Amino acid sequence: MEKTNIIEIKNLSVDYPIYVGNVHAVSDVSLNIKKGEVVGLVGESGCGKSTLGLSLLKMVRAPGVISSGEIIYSGRDILKIPKKDLLKLRGNNISMIFQNPLNSLNPLYKVSDQFVETIKTHKTDVSKKEALKMSEEMFEKLGIEKSRLYEYPHQMSGGMRQRIMIGIALIMNPDLIIADEPTTSLDVIVEAQFVDFLRNLKDEFDVSIIVITHNLGLVAELADRIAVMYGGKIIEKGNIKKIYHDPMHEYTRGLIDCIPNVKADQKKLITMPGAPPDLINPPKGCRFSPRCSKAKDICFEKLPELKKYDGHETACWLYE
Amino acid sequence: MVTTFLRKFLNYFKESKKKYGVQWWILVIGIVIVFFVTLTALFPGVFAPYGPNYMESGDQFAPPSFQNIFGVDNLGRDVYSRVVYGSKTILGVAFVAALISSLIGIPLGLISGFVGGVFDRVLSLIMDSIFSFPGLILAIALAAMLGPGIVNITGAVAVIYIPQYYRQVRGQTLSIKEEVFIEAGRAIGASKLRLLRKYIFPNVLATVVVIFSLNIADAIMTEAALSYLGLGLPAGIPDWGRDIAMGKKYLASGYWWVITFPGLAIVSLTLGFTMVGESLSELLNPKLRDK
Repeated sequence: MEKTNIIEIKNLSVDYPIYVGNVHAVSDVSLNIKKGEVVGLVGESGCGKSTLGLSLLKMVRAPGVISSGEIIYSGRDILKIPKKDLLKLRGNNISMIFQNPLNSLNPLYKVSDQFVETIKTHKTDVSKKEALKMSEEMFEKLGIEKSRLYEYPHQMSGGMRQRIMIGIALIMNPDLIIADEPTTSLDVIVEAQFVDFLRNLKDEFDVSIIVITHNLGLVAELADRIAVMYGGKIIEKGNIKKIYHDPMHEYTRGLIDCIPNVKADQKKLITMPGAPPDLINPPKGCRFSPRCSKAKDICFEKLPELKKYDGHETACWLYE
Repeated sequence: MVTTFLRKFLNYFKESKKKYGVQWWILVIGIVIVFFVTLTALFPGVFAPYGPNYMESGDQFAPPSFQNIFGVDNLGRDVYSRVVYGSKTILGVAFVAALISSLIGIPLGLISGFVGGVFDRVLSLIMDSIFSFPGLILAIALAAMLGPGIVNITGAVAVIYIPQYYRQVRGQTLSIKEEVFIEAGRAIGASKLRLLRKYIFPNVLATVVVIFSLNIADAIMTEAALSYLGLGLPAGIPDWGRDIAMGKKYLASGYWWVITFPGLAIVSLTLGFTMVGESLSELLNPKLRDK
């Protein structure tokens, strides 16, 4: 059965006008997220993945502006709804988990107060007692002892704080969670636990998740679908297995080759030559063309469009 | 129950003394001074044997004795009683002035730091121009313009301290605004007002408390200076600064007690507030505290 789309991003572009020119952080990106699905948004630093995540909540920081496009959520364009409704939407329907869980909690309030605050912001008729009860139930699901709810953030470990952030994100039962590099500040063991934990919670709450990361291993564990970004554009998207075993775009292939293989007799880490493109004056043709080993003449001339090749989409001239 | 409470308090006192060392003593001495002066200001009738303007409390220029422990001034008024009643005036003016300037300075600093843009630029310019004047000169100019009176002098003292709060709070707001938990607050749907009230304000509060205490110390000096210059309060209200101004011409004749005791009172009260402020700033800062 085809599941319905929770959110549809249509031709979204985000620019950062700075003194040397316009940085096109995200240009003409389209992406759909289905109910209960985990989508991995992968790419190297500065390719626009965090900006894309922030624009889903219309939280792009000044001087950034969303220059064109639509984000349709339950029949409405998030970019056009009034400010008041936007505040209701954040946390209630769409939540976000940030890169650094250690700093994402207000250090001066107990964790319980921060849960209650979130609940009462969105449901004003809930009493404090009920809100606390809801938070305690959430703590049980998070696998943290109830009594620790009444402690301050600095009394918790990093993994616990990360779980609490997810608890706060989940407490209003949102449709979508945007996780921006959720594991960057955690070590590998906690990261592995976290991945299990997120998978279970996802099934329990039936929530869609966008995982923004540069960690392909994390995405492989977690995601159903994957979208690879390069230079502000999605260059390949499709099923996770397909992309891992048979990537089409040269950039995706490069990324996957960069993952160190434990079994192979490999002495050196493989790296990708070159640097990410200048987003103020992006290359005229395919944005990856200067680094691509298989580039043809047309790659330097014309920007390829995303095209479907048996259920899998890529933007590359090699397959035309 | 009272005894256990007392014992607990004493224990806590002892432990803190061990933990914080000299700074703790400075804080305690400061608090005692401030507390005592506050008591005399609240209940002057209990402490003073005579009224502040009672002219038959002893012989003119009678030196300190058991009857008049701080002596008698040129009009036959008891110096001790005048010092006690004067504490009410000076503490009231300094406290209210510090309160007014904090109530104006803190919100302006918060908004300015949070909103930024043209509003921030203009307000910063105004505050910096106030700040660039020496405080006392500005207070003298304002007091001279407004004329004597308890409201006017309080206002004049209040205005010169607004920039201190403003600058400190604005700077802190600018840095806290960039913290991740503010971003996280926005992501769960907190409005701007809520961010300011529940996320930023509590985080700047610690520094504000310190400034407030140091501010009162400074305001006491300013108030005393203004009334010494005759720009302060109308005659009839007992005031340390004016008592010194009145008494100074009798110093050459050997009547030292008329100005010594109000002077000592000013010094010790200022010192008390400074001690409280300085040690609070050290004790509230965990980086300095646990050395």
